[in-house]
Amino acid sequence: MTNAPIPRKLPGSLETNRALDRWLRINGDGTATVFPGKVEIGQGILTALVQIVAEELDIGIERIRLAPADTSYSPDEGMTSGSRSIQEGGMALRYAASEARDLLLQRAARKLGASLEQLTVANGVISARGGESVTYWELASDDLLRQEATAGIAPKLPAHHSVVGSSAMRLDIPAKVCGVSTYVQDMELPGMLHARVARPPSRGARLLTFDESEVRALPGVAAVVRDGDFLGVIAAREEQAIRAQRRLARSATWEETASLPESMDPRYLLQMKSEDEVISEKGDAAGAARASRTFSAEYTRPLIAHASIAPSCAIAQFEAGGYTVWTHSQGIFPLRADLVKVLGVEEKRIVVIHVEGAGCYGHNGADDVALDAALLARAVPGKPVRVQWTREDEFMWEPYGSAMVVKMSAALDAEGNVVNWTHDLWSHGHSTRPGPKDGANLLAAWHLAQPVKAPRPGNPPLPGGGSHRNAIPLYDFPGQRVTNHLVREAPLRTSALRSLGAHANVFAIESFMDELAEAAGADPVEFRLRHLKDARARAVIEAVAAKASWKHRERGDGTRGRGMAFARYKNLGCYVAVVVEVEAANEVRVRRAWAAIDVGQTINPDGVINQTEGGIIQTVSWTLKEQIRFDRERVTTRTWDDYPILTFAEAPEVEVVLVDRPDQPPLGAGEGAQGPTGAAIGNAIHNALGVRLRDMPFTRDRLIAAIARQ
Amino acid sequence: MALTIDVNGEQRVVEADGETPLLYVLRNDLKLKGARYGCGAGQCGACTVIVAGKAVQSCDVPVAAVVGKAITTIEGIGRNGQPHPLQQAFIDEQAAQCGYCASGIIMAAKALFDAHPGAGETEIRDALARNLCRCGTHHRILRALRRAQERMAR
Ligand code: FES
Ligand code: FES
Repeated sequence: MTNAPIPRKLPGSLETNRALDRWLRINGDGTATVFPGKVEIGQGILTALVQIVAEELDIGIERIRLAPADTSYSPDEGMTSGSRSIQEGGMALRYAASEARDLLLQRAARKLGASLEQLTVANGVISARGGESVTYWELASDDLLRQEATAGIAPKLPAHHSVVGSSAMRLDIPAKVCGVSTYVQDMELPGMLHARVARPPSRGARLLTFDESEVRALPGVAAVVRDGDFLGVIAAREEQAIRAQRRLARSATWEETASLPESMDPRYLLQMKSEDEVISEKGDAAGAARASRTFSAEYTRPLIAHASIAPSCAIAQFEAGGYTVWTHSQGIFPLRADLVKVLGVEEKRIVVIHVEGAGCYGHNGADDVALDAALLARAVPGKPVRVQWTREDEFMWEPYGSAMVVKMSAALDAEGNVVNWTHDLWSHGHSTRPGPKDGANLLAAWHLAQPVKAPRPGNPPLPGGGSHRNAIPLYDFPGQRVTNHLVREAPLRTSALRSLGAHANVFAIESFMDELAEAAGADPVEFRLRHLKDARARAVIEAVAAKASWKHRERGDGTRGRGMAFARYKNLGCYVAVVVEVEAANEVRVRRAWAAIDVGQTINPDGVINQTEGGIIQTVSWTLKEQIRFDRERVTTRTWDDYPILTFAEAPEVEVVLVDRPDQPPLGAGEGAQGPTGAAIGNAIHNALGVRLRDMPFTRDRLIAAIARQ
Repeated sequence: MALTIDVNGEQRVVEADGETPLLYVLRNDLKLKGARYGCGAGQCGACTVIVAGKAVQSCDVPVAAVVGKAITTIEGIGRNGQPHPLQQAFIDEQAAQCGYCASGIIMAAKALFDAHPGAGETEIRDALARNLCRCGTHHRILRALRRAQERMAR
């Protein structure tokens, strides 16, 4: 069997976690244990990782056990984010497993007196040509994998894959749909107490007074904790903690400041100080000279919430000067690093253990509530303390996806080709996750009497980027300039929301491309292809056009219409093209959506399709309905009534085509659909009604106003 | 205060204040964690159970109000390994991303199909008016519900 070539730098997270037994263990009982550093956030990653290991080890999926991520033994894989889990964790496990298989084969060869070439493996049974056999489980011992990974054993070639590339059923779904205790919210430890935090009413509010004795006297209350502006209560029963928290909140008086922008319109960004950086520039004098018509447009997106269906939750226990924390954080090691700074204990005194939460879609309150739990647990040594954020806590205090303003301009030549393109974007930073070099990115840390300050917020660097993610067009324009105007100071905390800046940047690029196609008298599909050399990009656009039976220059009927859009996520990840059909009378409804996606090698096709469908439907919700609201002092979004999301009555039908490329490296799938979906909706509305909506969300009021202006 | 409630066909005695929302009694006293907490305000459906044949948001009903009524939770309709047809359909259609919304949706759908086995698309969607799914799994969930409905009709 010929094998894939061997890379020099170790693949994925193996580079930074080289001990083979950090990743895998072969057990005597007929099973193998996998130790992923990446965590399940509803994206099905653990099933995909199990498939990768089963493939390389030649064992059935059912033989694989998964160890929860735990700072005391798991490989440090940083964050589970950015659609990088297959590239990082998956590739590490692929090479670790192929090396483990080889070590087992070597043992078997010695035992059976056969040469390696004479051995075959089926479900963990190694057989020699003569018929003698031995199992992995007989050969396994503690020292088997006690060595450094070399990545010296090449994994199987894609052509030999049978488990990878198949739609293995998700391992976690049966328990979840049967109501089994699964999530950290469900977890219970002996002697556990329930706690809630009475957060400040607004950012920067200072606690003046509160009635400790009244709350202390309520039934079940075990402790009231105050540290600076951090205020919490611990009780025996959950409903007692809830009642006590309400009383605490009611009794507290605060001094508030009017620190928020005067208007919720994202254009407040344009009034603030920005750091401006040209991130892409190319000039072409000949092209510029051909310019015959110029166009410009401005697009915005408001602050958007992650709004996980389950508010954040954590359990912490303080004992013998150390902490154990159970959390649904996306990064147990970065969280531990920040906890060290705030709690003032050595790293080895904090163990952080991952337990699943609901879908998070980026950086929400998960890490913050873990610190809340640790701070409160300190008041009741030895007792596990469970802190459940309320819906209101989550809406008011989670870090939001930043508001953005994008200004576009372009010139067309006489033939309707783009000869010049500029893209200017204003946004706050998109990454304030835990684990920075200095300061701590945990909410309560900033409220303590001795606060640990937040570091300067910012962006992940290009090529992936943060606010500038996907700002550089993939199209081949002769002249372009892209400028990132980073508004570092954020009136409200912002951080990574699924796809980061790509949602608004692609919305702007792809809406504008549609406007230009229209001006050029071209079909939107043809217009994109005409400016695009990348063969894989062209392939997904063609695939979605075929799937949706796109008709050349099709027109809406005054109510219904269709639009399309495309992006390559981060300009280096998956390729996604989307077509949506909307019905827009007084209100916009997305009825159907089609998508084509190329993620390179696919580990689990149904998993990719599921993530893409979910990405599309969630983005329909963002684009049509969602916006965090505030006045000069407070966030006024508190409940689902204040922040409606897409309902079952409104959900579109979605069809996804997978453009499989088994010979290409896997690219990740979780965030490719967001940008194209937003733009496709705007384009479909224009196709249906002839009006162009450039400010998200596309609410009824905005649609009616746009029609009236027509 | 001791209260007796009828959960999944069993009489269960719980020591709780009558005001306590049913959700916390189910989860913390009876260790039935399948009804999930999502909002505590009757807005998301994660905590849906069936009380006397109707889908009810258990976070929004005091336990005293359900004494003497038959309460069914997700644990009462099928088990991992022996799922109810609705649960099986969710597995067959892989109708979950994080799955946090699933038990509430399954209970809301069960209440609907028990009363109206032939419910149409609009009725199904309307019955889920109080159930939110943030992962965007709607379209798979609807497919699973149709599949379960067909299977249960046979
Ligand atoms: S938790 Fe009961 S409806 Fe949301
Ligand atoms: S699957 Fe995550 S909320 Fe529905």
